[in-house]
Amino acid sequence: MTGFAKSPKTPAVLVLEDGRIFRGRAYGAVGETFGEAVFSTGMTGYQETLTDPSYCRQVVVMTAPHVGNTGVNDEDPESSRIWVSGYVVRDPARVPSNWRARRSLDEELRSQGVVGISGVDTRALTRHLRERGAMRVGIFSGNALPDEGTMLAEVRQAPEMKGANLSEQVAAKEPYVVPAIGEKKFTVAAVDLGIKGMTPHRMAERGIEVHVLPATATVEDVYAVNPDGVFFSNGPGDPAAADGPVALMKAVLERRTPLFGICFGNQILGRALGFGTYKLKYGHRGINQPVQDRTTGKVEVTAHNHGFAVDAPLDKISDTPYGRAQVSHVCLNDNVVEGLQLLDQPAFSVQYHPEAAAGPHDAAYLFDRFTSLMSTALMEAERA
Amino acid sequence: MPKRTDIQSVLVIGSGPIVIGQAAEFDYSGTQACRVLKSEGLRVILVNSNPATIMTDPEIADATYVEPITPEFVEKIIAKERPDALLPTLGGQTALNTAISLHENGTLDKYGVELIGANVEAIHKGEDRDQFKLVVDAVNAKIGHGESARSVICHSMDEVLKGVEQLGGYPVVVRPSFTMGGAGSGFAHDEDELRRIAGQGLTLSPTTEVLLEESILGWKEYELELMRDKHDNVVVVCSIENFDPMGVHTGDSITVAPAMTLTDREYQILRDIGIAVIREVGVDTGGCNIQFAVDPEDGRVIVIEMNPRVSRSSALASKATGFPIAKIAAKLAVGYTLDEIPNDITQETPASFEPTLDYVVVKAPRFAFEKFPSADDTLTTTMKSVGEAMAIGRNFTEALQKALRSLEKKGSQFSFTGDPGDKAELLREAARPTDGRINTVMQAIRAGATPEEVFEATRIDPWFVDQLFLIKEYADELAAVEKLEPELLGEAKRHGFSDVQIAEIRGLREDVVREVRHALGIRPVYKTVDTCAAEFAARTPYFYSSYDEETEVAPRDKPAVIILGSGPNRIGQGIEFDYSCVHASFALSDAGYETVMVNCNPETVSTDYDTSDRLYFEPLTLEDVLEIVHAESLAGPIAGVVVQLGGQTPLGLSQALKDNGVPVVGTSPEAIHAAEDRGAFGRVLAEAGLPAPKHGTATTFSEAKAIADEIGYPVLVRPSYVLGGRGMEIVYDEARLSAYIAESTEISPDRPVLVDRFLDDAIEIDVDALYDGHELYLGGVMEHIEEAGIHSGDSACALPPITLGGFDVKRLRASTEAIARGVGVRGLINIQFAMAGDILYVLEANPRASRTVPFTSKATAVPLAKAAARISLGATISELRAEGLLPANGDGGTLPLDAPISVKEAVMPWSRFRDIHGRGVDTVLGPEMRSTGEVMGIDSVFGTAYAKSQSGAYGPLPTKGRAFISVANRDKRSMIFPARELVAHGFDLFATSGTAEVLKRNGINASVVRKQSDGEGPSGEKTIVQLIHDGQVDLIVNTPYGTGGRLDGYDIRTAAVARGVPCLTTVQALAAAVQGIDALNRGDVGVRSLQEHAEHLTAARD
Repeated sequence: MTGFAKSPKTPAVLVLEDGRIFRGRAYGAVGETFGEAVFSTGMTGYQETLTDPSYCRQVVVMTAPHVGNTGVNDEDPESSRIWVSGYVVRDPARVPSNWRARRSLDEELRSQGVVGISGVDTRALTRHLRERGAMRVGIFSGNALPDEGTMLAEVRQAPEMKGANLSEQVAAKEPYVVPAIGEKKFTVAAVDLGIKGMTPHRMAERGIEVHVLPATATVEDVYAVNPDGVFFSNGPGDPAAADGPVALMKAVLERRTPLFGICFGNQILGRALGFGTYKLKYGHRGINQPVQDRTTGKVEVTAHNHGFAVDAPLDKISDTPYGRAQVSHVCLNDNVVEGLQLLDQPAFSVQYHPEAAAGPHDAAYLFDRFTSLMSTALMEAERA
Repeated sequence: MPKRTDIQSVLVIGSGPIVIGQAAEFDYSGTQACRVLKSEGLRVILVNSNPATIMTDPEIADATYVEPITPEFVEKIIAKERPDALLPTLGGQTALNTAISLHENGTLDKYGVELIGANVEAIHKGEDRDQFKLVVDAVNAKIGHGESARSVICHSMDEVLKGVEQLGGYPVVVRPSFTMGGAGSGFAHDEDELRRIAGQGLTLSPTTEVLLEESILGWKEYELELMRDKHDNVVVVCSIENFDPMGVHTGDSITVAPAMTLTDREYQILRDIGIAVIREVGVDTGGCNIQFAVDPEDGRVIVIEMNPRVSRSSALASKATGFPIAKIAAKLAVGYTLDEIPNDITQETPASFEPTLDYVVVKAPRFAFEKFPSADDTLTTTMKSVGEAMAIGRNFTEALQKALRSLEKKGSQFSFTGDPGDKAELLREAARPTDGRINTVMQAIRAGATPEEVFEATRIDPWFVDQLFLIKEYADELAAVEKLEPELLGEAKRHGFSDVQIAEIRGLREDVVREVRHALGIRPVYKTVDTCAAEFAARTPYFYSSYDEETEVAPRDKPAVIILGSGPNRIGQGIEFDYSCVHASFALSDAGYETVMVNCNPETVSTDYDTSDRLYFEPLTLEDVLEIVHAESLAGPIAGVVVQLGGQTPLGLSQALKDNGVPVVGTSPEAIHAAEDRGAFGRVLAEAGLPAPKHGTATTFSEAKAIADEIGYPVLVRPSYVLGGRGMEIVYDEARLSAYIAESTEISPDRPVLVDRFLDDAIEIDVDALYDGHELYLGGVMEHIEEAGIHSGDSACALPPITLGGFDVKRLRASTEAIARGVGVRGLINIQFAMAGDILYVLEANPRASRTVPFTSKATAVPLAKAAARISLGATISELRAEGLLPANGDGGTLPLDAPISVKEAVMPWSRFRDIHGRGVDTVLGPEMRSTGEVMGIDSVFGTAYAKSQSGAYGPLPTKGRAFISVANRDKRSMIFPARELVAHGFDLFATSGTAEVLKRNGINASVVRKQSDGEGPSGEKTIVQLIHDGQVDLIVNTPYGTGGRLDGYDIRTAAVARGVPCLTTVQALAAAVQGIDALNRGDVGVRSLQEHAEHLTAARD
């Protein structure tokens, strides 16, 4: 008997570090891969997710059963490559259907060497991760697989996410400029800790010329572009291991340059202000998370991708070396800190993704908030 | 910001009778809303004329008015109850329109009633086509996305031809301006068609104006369900994608949630537009749905329309996601914001989020074209389906195949055996959307069509087309393999193949496939609908099956009762059965059982996750039910399975369930057989000494002829084992009998045709009763207004019976008890009797909850379905009397003399259907049921109650004006007295020559009008049909002429439907209407709540 209904039948096994095993079929490249198992609940946007550098070293489990329906196009990637280290889906599409599709997702995963598995009970796996927390995982596919004990041992040898410093691996090696769309109004130095393509685009739309700098950029590199504001991007890894970016952020805060951070950038701001960070049990990954802007009481539906969070007091204003700080945004599902704001100087950050891609556009106003901080600072400078 | 403190009482308007396009979903949403408002401590006042609803149960609201939903009656209720606020968004278009009328005629201002959950300006902006266009333009100016279909206004053929170029070519839609009901509009695919349609349109339009619109036929169609609170927080609850592309009403399409073929960028554009539209329209709080068309070539988005209220789609979205839109809309209306409302299912997260699904939901429509053989069955933008089934699976193929088998209709499941037919012919057929088009597509695939050919013919998205190919490839593999290996069998089950389908493919019996499958350990698991794709733990056991790894059914200690629901609504099996199932669930929960509901109808209260302790959203086939019973038997003890409340669907499973060792409680399968099998039932009657009309059963024409010859024509013929009089007909001669037998496809030695003597001029009587094995509780006796021969579901009836005396009721009671005992009923039984002369004939007995249970329960203030559920599980009538569930003394046959009179009237769907020439379908009632819903009128005397029932069903009876009378010869005598009464009330009578002559001889003046067949007179005298169309007639009495002279009547009746003129088709209805008109003319028709009626009845009983 050859293959059911034309679908490939190469066996694949997913092994969690606590020993639970799921069997399925190879999807994408055939081989082995390791990483941290996390689940993402977005029903759309797999292309953006796969190419988001924040997913570096993670094996992403899609809770939506059908993946690949709209194929792969050339416009939606968030970076130049797929970053996930493994991909777990239930029902991959056999044919893509979309007027923008150029190729199938299966082809794309294979051509980029991304090992995946399909046909597993992704809901059971998600429930397992929810109850036991994110953990290391391996996917093994091919016609000759090692025995379960060997596979488990390999998984347990893989590096853990806690303490991982990954920004340099994923960030641009050389600086580059994203020009403003229309009239140029501001210059921003964006420190790339794993930046998504949509972020500079959202700034460019607002007349910002964005100088994207490598993760290793120095204070001098930042101020060499004569920025009106400085931006710290999203990115993978443990914020506790990101001492370099924290030091850089402190230097920017010293100079009171308008500052905006997203995701990893929010955790860096947290550390720069003296707050701790911690690893969430299974993180927030999806595009349906309710976040309340505590300054207005309004609720935004937002895109999230974070496994770590800032540990800051929710209900009081904190004193920091840079003046008073407050938690500006909070996730209503679990009260996790989703945004920080300095009250005495122009600096704020959010833990979620206002640039969306994938996800709703509810929080796009934060980019306007950044430009208005820069306008105010410019006006004050002129007056001074 | 918490609840408003300035509102203490709220009036909620329901949606009235079930009609096509406005069905049980509004009972679901209204019930949720009333419960929420009540739990918030508000006094809830409800008006709904539909007795078959849960929302009109006296415990759901504080004051329940089963009164017509018209501005006049609602004003009376407002004047009496003086509510602070009116919530109009949960009762469909009926409630919204009524609220707007009350706003516009100043009633709301006069009594200081605030509209909540909607404002009039927003309603107009959302519903008025022109205003909505401006909304869409404004949205486009703000966010750069979304537009209306392009259009050009033309006043001449030259402009029309130029217009086509401006729109980018054919096809185009032509819409003449200001014609009634869109008359003269159509699609033009080329210049010839354009010249014909637009030429006619320019002539038809009083302003010589046509609108040319670009065609979006075949585009992808999507729907978003949104909610907004007063802080302007907006969430998208659900996205829905239509399997059938643009051109088919979304209610008639197979639809899928979530959207399957959009990238995130495209989805976010729809979301941005949706949010911008809800803001621009200004929906303050609550839900709305917005429909989009997306060009599959380039993604261009057209906003089709929005509904600024809870809709059919929002009920579907609620069931599909676990996010209860109506409940939350009610909370928002009284002042809460989304972040203040907890998500019921997780209990720890708020409602201000967007549900995410880790499963696929498919909804499939259920049609009733077989009831309207002359109707054109092409699906268009006018909704024609009468119900729907929803199914959930872990992938599309599983959900789709479950949905198709949930429809419980012959041929609704894919079939993979036999010759598929000619590919080209099948593709041609598939191009026209019809009921079951998807099956035609599957046959085309089997006949060798390529995916491209299927797409070309149907414009169904290639991803969906590929899924059909996937199913077909598994079917091929199942057929090809030598032996069913576990891996292939498991894969087939993962793609939704039923045991029946596999058996058919393999040439096996269903039970053999099941045995093999069980031996291999291949069984479904049950997953939870949790709104969040397992991100948070779910507290609500809302399950669906899937062939996956891990089950989520938790163990339990209490004994469970599994209640089988009634599946998709259809004519003959509708919301009434859901009502009984829900009552059983409530009663058994109160009695200490864990209740488990099984159903697949998303419109209903039974499939609300908080109706029962556990909900299985599953098809009601033997396979699916057996698997649920198995899963629940692993979870804990099972006290029994209830099959007698959900109509024919669960009843039909009864014997097979018992054969598989399932503990069926209540009336046994053998007893059900005794009532349904002619021979067995005949023996029951003979033993009890009860007469039935002469009858026989036949499997061939010659047998049928022999029976008919012996008992004499007319005869009533029908297939056995059917509900709703399917295929039932009164046959007057041998020729028609022969044709009937030839046309009936379902006749077999197992399923013979029943041939009964037809009792002309008999009074038909319906009885609902409870029997516990020893004692009978007569629930109620209903006297039909129309004579026997009209299906009881289509006939109006009165309770208590208005012309039967104590002696008759005594006979009915004795007969009912004898039958209940003889059959072996434990629970409810419904019996139809006919009184001809002085003989009480038994027509049929149904050992189950009947369609009239909710009506009887409301009319007598006794919860019969609850009592039946308890009796099924062993309680006795005397125990239930002691408990207070049943009255301590007496029953529905011994109602006090001053008990209110309740009249039930059926509501017919005539206006929905057209034949292939675009003409209306005939409206004559017959033995086959065709009504979709019912209303109840309740008052102290019959005339007023009847008038209310007519108001609720069709609009008020006229109290003066012109009445047209044309009756069959046999009705001429009985017409005279009512006609005289009409004159006495000031009506001018019109009649055709024959009828006018009879009237004149009896001293009643009637002007003669021309028949349709006479044509217009020499000096322009109009025919009756023209007069009706011109609005010159206020009341029509037209009884059909047996077999002859039908055509004229047909034109009269269809004109009446088109113009909405009350049309009485029996003299009995005329007599009742005259009493109603009399009551209205005497004035002072009041309103009274069910609670007040019940108090009065209870006091009188004691």
